Amino acid sequence: MSFRLDTGGRFIDRSKPRSFTFNGKAMRGFEGDTLASALLGQGQMLVGRSFKYHRPRGIVASGSEEPNALMNLGRDKTFEPNARATTTELFDGLEAESQNHWPSLEFDIGELNAKLSRFLPAGFYYKMFLWPRSFWKHVYEPIIRKSAGLGRAPRHRDADHYEHFNATVDVLVVGGGIAGLQAAKAAGEAGAEVLLIEQGAHWGGRAPVDGAVIDGVPAAEWVEATVAALGAMPNVAIRARTMGAGVYDHGYALAYERLTDHAPDPSLPRHRLWRIRAGRIVTATGAIERPLSFAGNDLPGVMLASAVRDYVTNYAVAPGKCVVVVTNNDDGYRTALTVQEAGLEVVVLDARSEANGPLAEQARAAGITVRVGRGIESVKGKGKVEKVWVCDQTRDGSNPDPIKADCVAMAGGWSPVVHLWSHCGGKLSWQEDGAFFRPDPERAPNGADGAAFVLAAGAANGELETAAVLTDAYVAGARAAAEAGATGTAGAAATADVELSEPMLPVWNMPERASYALRSKAWLDYQNDVKVTDVELAAREGFESVEHTKRYTTLGMATDQGKLSNINGLAVLAGALDQEIPKVGTTTFRPPYHPISMGAIAGEARGALFQPVRQTPMYDWHDANGAHWEPVGHWRRPYAYVKPGEDVHAAVKREVLATRNSLGLLDASTLGKLVVKGPDAGKFMDMMYTNMMSTLPVGKCRYGLMCSENGFLSDDGVVARMDDDTWLCHTTTGGADRIHAHMEEWLQTEWWDWKVYVANVTEQYAQVAVVGPNARKVLEKLGGMDVSKEALPFMQWAEGAIGQFSARVFRISFSGELSYEIAVPASQGRAFWDALLEAGSEFGVTPYGTEALHIMRAEKGFIMIGDETDGTVIPQDLGLNWAISKKKEDFLGKRAQERDHMTDPLRWKLVGLETLDGSVLPDGSYAVGEGVNDNGQRVVQGRVTSTYFSPTLERGIAMGLVELGPDRMGEVIAFNRVDGTFVQAKIVDPVVFDPEGEKQNV
Amino acid sequence: MLILKCPYCGVACDETELHAGGEAHLTRHGPGSSDADFEEYLFMRENPRGVHFERWRHVYGCGKWFHAARDTATLEVFGTYSAQVAEPPKDVRAAITAKVPGWRWRDLS
Repeated sequence: MSFRLDTGGRFIDRSKPRSFTFNGKAMRGFEGDTLASALLGQGQMLVGRSFKYHRPRGIVASGSEEPNALMNLGRDKTFEPNARATTTELFDGLEAESQNHWPSLEFDIGELNAKLSRFLPAGFYYKMFLWPRSFWKHVYEPIIRKSAGLGRAPRHRDADHYEHFNATVDVLVVGGGIAGLQAAKAAGEAGAEVLLIEQGAHWGGRAPVDGAVIDGVPAAEWVEATVAALGAMPNVAIRARTMGAGVYDHGYALAYERLTDHAPDPSLPRHRLWRIRAGRIVTATGAIERPLSFAGNDLPGVMLASAVRDYVTNYAVAPGKCVVVVTNNDDGYRTALTVQEAGLEVVVLDARSEANGPLAEQARAAGITVRVGRGIESVKGKGKVEKVWVCDQTRDGSNPDPIKADCVAMAGGWSPVVHLWSHCGGKLSWQEDGAFFRPDPERAPNGADGAAFVLAAGAANGELETAAVLTDAYVAGARAAAEAGATGTAGAAATADVELSEPMLPVWNMPERASYALRSKAWLDYQNDVKVTDVELAAREGFESVEHTKRYTTLGMATDQGKLSNINGLAVLAGALDQEIPKVGTTTFRPPYHPISMGAIAGEARGALFQPVRQTPMYDWHDANGAHWEPVGHWRRPYAYVKPGEDVHAAVKREVLATRNSLGLLDASTLGKLVVKGPDAGKFMDMMYTNMMSTLPVGKCRYGLMCSENGFLSDDGVVARMDDDTWLCHTTTGGADRIHAHMEEWLQTEWWDWKVYVANVTEQYAQVAVVGPNARKVLEKLGGMDVSKEALPFMQWAEGAIGQFSARVFRISFSGELSYEIAVPASQGRAFWDALLEAGSEFGVTPYGTEALHIMRAEKGFIMIGDETDGTVIPQDLGLNWAISKKKEDFLGKRAQERDHMTDPLRWKLVGLETLDGSVLPDGSYAVGEGVNDNGQRVVQGRVTSTYFSPTLERGIAMGLVELGPDRMGEVIAFNRVDGTFVQAKIVDPVVFDPEGEKQNV
Repeated sequence: MLILKCPYCGVACDETELHAGGEAHLTRHGPGSSDADFEEYLFMRENPRGVHFERWRHVYGCGKWFHAARDTATLEVFGTYSAQVAEPPKDVRAAITAKVPGWRWRDLS
């Protein structure tokens, strides 16, 4: 069992005890502990259950590569799932609970899966749950959902806040180990603007634990002095607890800073996402140790050798009393020496046939038992390491001998952290000695200038010895600075003695010829429960591509993204396929390097700041008068104004009837208003619109259609000719910005010699539609310009004064009523609205919302962009041929509308629909035809595009697109309902109210 | 995230300031054109792995459209230039040739 040592611990402060809870149990640690070291210090080896088989799992690593120790942290509004105990710094009051167990961590029902593991191989879900089809939804999925998965999703809104931060630097150095420090120092001395970031709380990485000596002093002293030197350089910024999350095109990088996770403080942002533009990026991200694949390598107490010495040296925590170090390289001896010095028993099993390097000799000299040519046949124990069975590494594991032990330290060699190098396309090469992939500088990620913008340094570049790390990092830092434009000279590189070592021996199976039974208990991916035999099965079943094997077995697909399992899994696959490892290749490394919080990604963009809301000048009045808001683009428009005691449907009905019978007001300010001006504006307007706009007389209005170049109807609205070279185009509310961009695109990229200027003046004007039989009376009451039928007939506009307001008055109607749309300067909008309300009170003036607007336009058979159109509808489908010029040689969409599919007589065309029972047709309902199509689906012959209850007619009204519709007037066809029944509707004219236009043309 | 220099305002734009507009140097075919020409214009695009010419708009900046010559595989940018030309200018083509000898794009080289 793990325990706290009486002395030592670089990071902990024993004078500052910290209390926390684990699964509700009170525990204690010290300031400087991680949650992992504190748990181990309290003897808590079992920290979770595995994903698939619910096997007991313990802490394996000491950093972000940890696959097992995932925790739920906090509660309610600060709850966070899937936090790694190894990267969670301890604070007073921390609450943690383990995951994926039911009913408790110690007794877990799902452990049955482990007993059934022979029946749960790779691809099991794909094979087993396919049949019978209906079982998936009702039987399999609910059970699997309940038992699978790791942490729970939070149920409460996150109480913390987050922020984004932009930075532009010459050189970004990722990783605060000795390589990162050396690279940043060299770059800084050369005069570059440098940002150095380190994911953990401490600088110096592994070097102080590994006993490196730099410039003649212990690494920890050199680190301290170098951090101080960097801190004093004005052109260098350093940030701890900031992880390089991803590298993207052209020197863009994301970093993830955890500001208060170690010391919660609601007044500060919890996380900060750094959006960095760097001239050069140096990845000094170190290396991660590999586990070894032997049976039982997932029992709590089996750890990485480097993690074992981290816990002993940094936190004074012993993972056990009797440690077996199993290694294939010299580095494992460092762990043996460290644990022996701490007073623990240790045996080294070295898979190599001999070990005579300086570290091995040092271990023997210290009295440590070293057994060469040995491996582990299996580790046994009930929920923890109890016995290690030792065997000949080169054989099949027969005749093993036991050692009593409570901890196994695996030293399987090191893999450079190449993630950031690879994110943006950097390629890797395989290094035989060391058996790892390292960055290939010939195939680096390239920037805009075609030069490499990422440089790897130190262990991340495959340099594992201290002296080589420092030289490599110095060169990388100096080169990065020079390439980013710095002109100074870096000082001298730090030096270290050359560490001699013997070659490591790649070990992918332990023992080499392990039986199936042993291999089926040898884990590759702890977090996703993938074993050696699963990868072998995938290869046998034909999943030869590494990307396919990954998806079939889920190897490397967990939240650790295969940091521990990747190389071992590739090697097993290569073995099963009898191929070279570099031939098999790696899977794709994708950002983020380590999971980052959703909060950090969102930053400040939440709640009211999520996106801007556009408000008309009358917004406050609407809000104070019962507006039921509807989002239209970024605008908020009143759907209806709901009065006390009224529901929204009643409000809509009231608004329609009041407008039809007396006087309604609509805030139409959101309608797009584009001014098109210039000597060639008429020619341009004729290209933009299907109608002839160049001939529109000054003072008149014309309804116009705009199509895309592929012929589809894109927007509509009324155009007014302002003067000889000026047109005002009204667009739909959602279309203003889009149509403005559309016009600019054609002007700038096709007809750039045309003299035309387009301005979007939508927000410069407030616009009110004054609608209803009493519309003229209320305007005359306000006084000012002549708005009589004679002075201002239908489809004309005039400029003048309404009351005290200078206004443009358009006699246009979207409701079929006598209607004036009046534009006043935006600053006058609210006052004008108020004046209309006051003057209109004697007529029962009724502001109406978008739903009443929709109903009234539908009663008149007017189309609505987005209802009658969906990007596949041409104006001809909607019976709008009258608005398509036959005289013009060209307009956008004209050629496309001549294509054979567009002229097909069987295209669905617009008609009105009247249900026989007066009910409202379901929105989106299809008209069914006879028989089935080639896919066995019911033939359809049309669909509903708009459907409402008409308060005017007191029945349902609808429009729809129907095959040969206009030729089938009076025919009754069936429309489907969601419940499988049908409703009969008669094909009628779309105009169901005042077809002669007698009401609007007065 | 790409950086492209807007040739109008001179700003080195982050991709988030830009709107991508697809392939550059299309020839518009309108009424009177053959079905084949019109379909070529409307639907057929180069989609190369390597040298490509694209339209971009500095939409959250000066609002101008411009052209960019870049490599779709390496993301190298050879140059940006006015949208108001029918084909890439000589200096841009020379810059590409210097980096990618023997490049071809449609009938350009």
